Amino acid sequence: MKQFWIFVKKEFRHILRDLWSTIIVLVLPILMIVLFGFGISSEMKSTAFGVLNIQENSRGLQIVENMDQSDFFELKSSYPTEQSLENAFKAGEIRFAIVFGKEQIRLIADATDPNSASTMVAYASGIIGQFFQNQNPSITPKIKSEIKLLYNPSLKGTYNTVPGIIGMVLLLISAMMSSVSIAKEKEMGSMELLLISKLKPMTLILSKLLPYFVLSNVNLLSTLILGHYLLEVPINGSLISILLFSELYLLLSLSIGLLISSVTDSQLVALLLSGMGMILPVVMLSGLLFPIDNMPLILQWLSNIVPAKWYIDGLRKLMIMGLGWSDVIKELMILCLLFTVCLTLSLKRFKTRLE
Amino acid sequence: MTKHKAIEVHNLTKRFGAFKAVDDISFEVYAGEIFGFIGANGAGKTTAMRILCGLLKPSEGKAEVAGFNIDNQSHLIKENIGYMSQRFSLYEDLTVEENLRLYGGIYGIPKKELNPRIDEQLQVLNFMDSKKTLVETLPLGWKQKLAFIAATIHRPKIVFLDEPTGGVDPITRRQFWELIYQAADSGITVFVTTHYMDEAEYCDRVSIMADGKIKALNTPKQLKIDFQASSMDGVFDAIAKTSKRSEI
Repeated sequence: MKQFWIFVKKEFRHILRDLWSTIIVLVLPILMIVLFGFGISSEMKSTAFGVLNIQENSRGLQIVENMDQSDFFELKSSYPTEQSLENAFKAGEIRFAIVFGKEQIRLIADATDPNSASTMVAYASGIIGQFFQNQNPSITPKIKSEIKLLYNPSLKGTYNTVPGIIGMVLLLISAMMSSVSIAKEKEMGSMELLLISKLKPMTLILSKLLPYFVLSNVNLLSTLILGHYLLEVPINGSLISILLFSELYLLLSLSIGLLISSVTDSQLVALLLSGMGMILPVVMLSGLLFPIDNMPLILQWLSNIVPAKWYIDGLRKLMIMGLGWSDVIKELMILCLLFTVCLTLSLKRFKTRLE
Repeated sequence: MTKHKAIEVHNLTKRFGAFKAVDDISFEVYAGEIFGFIGANGAGKTTAMRILCGLLKPSEGKAEVAGFNIDNQSHLIKENIGYMSQRFSLYEDLTVEENLRLYGGIYGIPKKELNPRIDEQLQVLNFMDSKKTLVETLPLGWKQKLAFIAATIHRPKIVFLDEPTGGVDPITRRQFWELIYQAADSGITVFVTTHYMDEAEYCDRVSIMADGKIKALNTPKQLKIDFQASSMDGVFDAIAKTSKRSEI
């Protein structure tokens, strides 16, 4: 037991004396939350729009005012000619426009980003429809659509990205750092020396993993706090269950790191395996950036063995939807299964290598 | 010299597939002697050493290290041996003291005992000033000497040195061998592999391996007589000529 703590101390010294690994471990998660939260967001907020052929005192004026008052649009300017409107689009001044004709209203959207274009159109039609209905409640529109956005009424992208980033960061830190650090001992030859010594291999492995477990917990808390207070992502579920669910995911990530380091003796290979082999699937297949439902079937299948997918799904349910344990049983079971498989495989490989 | 045996090897063989890395070797190492284990790369000496240290299991044969059987008492062997390799000496990002404490800690030496032992060893080497220095800033020769201290800090019965002086300048090599003599004087059996034939002269007895077999084993003096050579270099050349395999 004493040996164990001596080694934990040694491992922490390795981490803290290496400036870059300290930065990676502690600052990267914060950086990612801020970047994704503020920079890369798919949400719609204050889209600049222009109008053409607006008449004083007309209904059009009222519509424009309604739109301008909503959070989603902001009136840039009124344009005198079709040509000037087009120029404004080209210059990037506006991304949306309303053209009032004699009998109809035309909506023009910049569709370079088709997703946001369709969102803009949907919002604008909603506002316009609402306006006509208020004007003349007796007339029921031919198509009456009422959209209710569940769990994320203001369509905030951060609701989606924060659990995603937490899932990515925890895996990155735990799996990558631990696999590289074990591979380093092998590459340097110190592993052999330690295996010859009195130290038990299990003590060695556990003492190498513990520091990364602690650091990942620091990261878990820092990303949760930042996500909640800075990006205003709600924590609707119980904090305890969110944390416990995350601990399971952390253990799984560490066992993945162990598995990677049992396959290779080189730091570089460990880095590539955890980087390319882990981070990429997480970004592409976890539903963080691209919806899994739209993927080719084979990728949908593949996504099922990406641990982050299940974690992120579960975290969304617990954190944002405020559901309880009974609703994440599937995710829980799958994570447990993956954990058992990874741990058994890596320990088996570790043992055979000693023979 | 007392003829108490520190290592006993009987008909040890290690196969990797059809390849016999170690081919039916038998030898004894007496307690307190400096035993040189010499051979070209690929001769099988590292494999033999790894078996004795408990890192590999032999395909056939028996061996006892420090009085314990390598088959089922490897945990007892581990407590009684020290090991040092050329490849890895010490953790570069830890200080001299931290490294030595780490190795002392592995063997469960209590702090009260460990601290004076570290100071004593550092004083012998005039290293006290560097106690709090990071190992990465030290020259290679120092690192190797410190690695030797680390390998013997728990006062093992036997210390295995795997090419401990590789890449070190001749003066430091000489100093390193003084450390080895000191250890041997204090009763530690030294099992050392080396590339340098002048170092073979410093050993009490030398075994020369080729093709997985031990081709010669005796005192350097007797070997030179047997092979009619003026130096150990000549002895080695005579044996190497007959060997079939060697790695470049």
